[in-house]
Amino acid sequence: MSNIVVDKSKVPWWVSNVIVPLVNLTLALLVSGLFVFIAGENPIEAVKLIIYGSFGYIQGFAYTLYYTTNFIFTGLAFAVAFHCRLFNIGGEGQAYIGGLGVFLVAINLSFLPVPIVWLLAIFGAFLFGAAWAYIPAYLQSKRGSHVVITTIMFNFIASSLMIFLLVDVIRDTNQMAPHTVKLPEEIWLPSFEAFSGILGIKIRYSPLNLTFLLAIASLFFVWFLVWKTKWGYEMRAVGHNTQAAIYAGISPHKNIIIAMCISGGLAGLLGVNEILGVSHKIQAGFPAGYGFTGIAVALMGRNHPIGILPAAFLFGILYQGGSEVTFEMPNITRYMFVAVQGLIILFSGALENLFRPQIESFFVRRLNREVNV
Amino acid sequence: MEFLSDIASLINSTLRISTPLVFAAMAGIFAERSGVIDFSLEGKMLMAAFVAAVGSYYLGNPWLGLLLAIIVCVCLSMLHGFASVTHKGDQVVSCVAINILIIGLTTALAAAWFGQAGLTPTLNEDQRFLEIHLPFSDALRDIPVIGTLYSDILSGHYVFVYLAYLSVPLVFWIVFKTSFGLRLRAVGENPSAVDTAGINVFTMRYKALAINGVLIAFAGAHLSTAVNANFFREMSAGRGYLALAAMIFGKWHPKTALIACLLFGFTDALQIRLQGVELPAIGEIPVQLIQAIPYVLTVVLLAGFVGKAIAPNAIGQPYIKER
Repeated sequence: MSNIVVDKSKVPWWVSNVIVPLVNLTLALLVSGLFVFIAGENPIEAVKLIIYGSFGYIQGFAYTLYYTTNFIFTGLAFAVAFHCRLFNIGGEGQAYIGGLGVFLVAINLSFLPVPIVWLLAIFGAFLFGAAWAYIPAYLQSKRGSHVVITTIMFNFIASSLMIFLLVDVIRDTNQMAPHTVKLPEEIWLPSFEAFSGILGIKIRYSPLNLTFLLAIASLFFVWFLVWKTKWGYEMRAVGHNTQAAIYAGISPHKNIIIAMCISGGLAGLLGVNEILGVSHKIQAGFPAGYGFTGIAVALMGRNHPIGILPAAFLFGILYQGGSEVTFEMPNITRYMFVAVQGLIILFSGALENLFRPQIESFFVRRLNREVNV
Repeated sequence: MEFLSDIASLINSTLRISTPLVFAAMAGIFAERSGVIDFSLEGKMLMAAFVAAVGSYYLGNPWLGLLLAIIVCVCLSMLHGFASVTHKGDQVVSCVAINILIIGLTTALAAAWFGQAGLTPTLNEDQRFLEIHLPFSDALRDIPVIGTLYSDILSGHYVFVYLAYLSVPLVFWIVFKTSFGLRLRAVGENPSAVDTAGINVFTMRYKALAINGVLIAFAGAHLSTAVNANFFREMSAGRGYLALAAMIFGKWHPKTALIACLLFGFTDALQIRLQGVELPAIGEIPVQLIQAIPYVLTVVLLAGFVGKAIAPNAIGQPYIKER
């Protein structure tokens, strides 16, 4: 038990928002190293492989940014709901259904001019993801069903529903595997190869595509929405103190619904990257855990777009570098990186106050000494 | 008679399938009655399954595997307590962290130790729990009704099935009839009053979490060393969440939580039997949709179509002692 009392107003912003999160991240990575060691591999070698895999060559770096794109969407999704004190653990299912939205719009409206198809497909992804988040939001606000359980259940239901659709309804009947037909090539989002060709760099293949810019735009969108609009203010008020918000004439119900729908919509945008940008078809299980990683990204980024960008990039490095590790080290599978996510959530979320008082009082004392001198 | 034996086998599988849910719901009651949210039942159950399977495999005795699972689950509960009781971290975040950590860690370690598939080795008869056949069950089988009831429904279960249903009256007695239970409930309803009475809120919550860890270990061991003979990836398949929903639906009360668990178990048993069956007027329901039934049921039950659930008053709030 720590009984250190720190005057919050004296703590510089960079201590609580940069130093403390970095210390927590370091702790999580140290424990991860221990797990790698228990699994029978050398943690230092693993770090070298991660850095080489994610930065060492241009194609690897493109992959890193492609993963970053996904994590920005799912990280923002969790963060938006979190500002209303809602735990949207359903990013995975919302992304899955969002993918359905992208595909249905793109395949049915592919006759339209290309940029319009893109815009409508983005809208479709957002709408489908939002719709999948709407029901848990409604049940939370009107019936008091805990949103964590309902969103988890909606992940399971989304997975069953999508596999049913992929097997029985929208499967490419010429193939055995459960996936849809490919979208027509004209409406694919331009990839990084196309751009790099113009710049004179030749790379074989990369999944990085125009969606990366959409992700960056989403960061600005969320920042503006949550911190610069009346609605964002109301939503944060509901999150901080529901009773006070009610007295101020703010409807918790309305804000819970809007927050969850925007959250689900952002998760749905993952489908744009995966389907319009990379695989051009729906494959079973394409969200592949990105929805859950979003939780770690948001908590590490302190639920702010400025924090989410580097956190998403870090997870991009871990994913891309991690695939290099699983390729080189037979004892490490991609699940090791799921465990790493868990540790990062633990240390930067639940245990964020572990060393905060000590670190903050250390800096406050140091800075005061400098002033006195 | 075929109809009767169908019903008997349905009840039999309902009892078996509900077992981990019952243990988990009882574990949840202890944590949540003391004011600590426990979504990490899912992760702890998975960890218990992994540890019990690996423990039995190396130690050659399923009871030693169970013991190891208990130790590890109590440690995980203590971790949850350390984060959310001592350091006043967010309880839901702590649970999500534990769940994701365990999904990753169990499969990663299984893959590292036993090969890429992430399975633990199949346990032989000495390393796993076997079905218990009650005395005279073979002799009595042919007696109508009583024979079916005794030999086909009551007999032939794993030890965990009996323990699970015995644990319910025990939990009821502890929570509602002992002074420990009174303190436990008081800590979850009004911790500052309990503190005034000279009882340490933190110690009570840690004790509740310790019992929670013991109970949830049984659920995991049931999955990997009794019903199945090995651990496989994400084998808890949402049961921790179902149990939590059953507990909420049962209003944090052992008896009603048991009924909710049996309802889930029955739905799941029915779901398995409905697969590939032609139903009159509807035809064959696609298997993926049938498998979603327990999850849909959870959402429907939680929506509280049978009355509103009132949680312990202080749930989810870290206790801050006044200076």
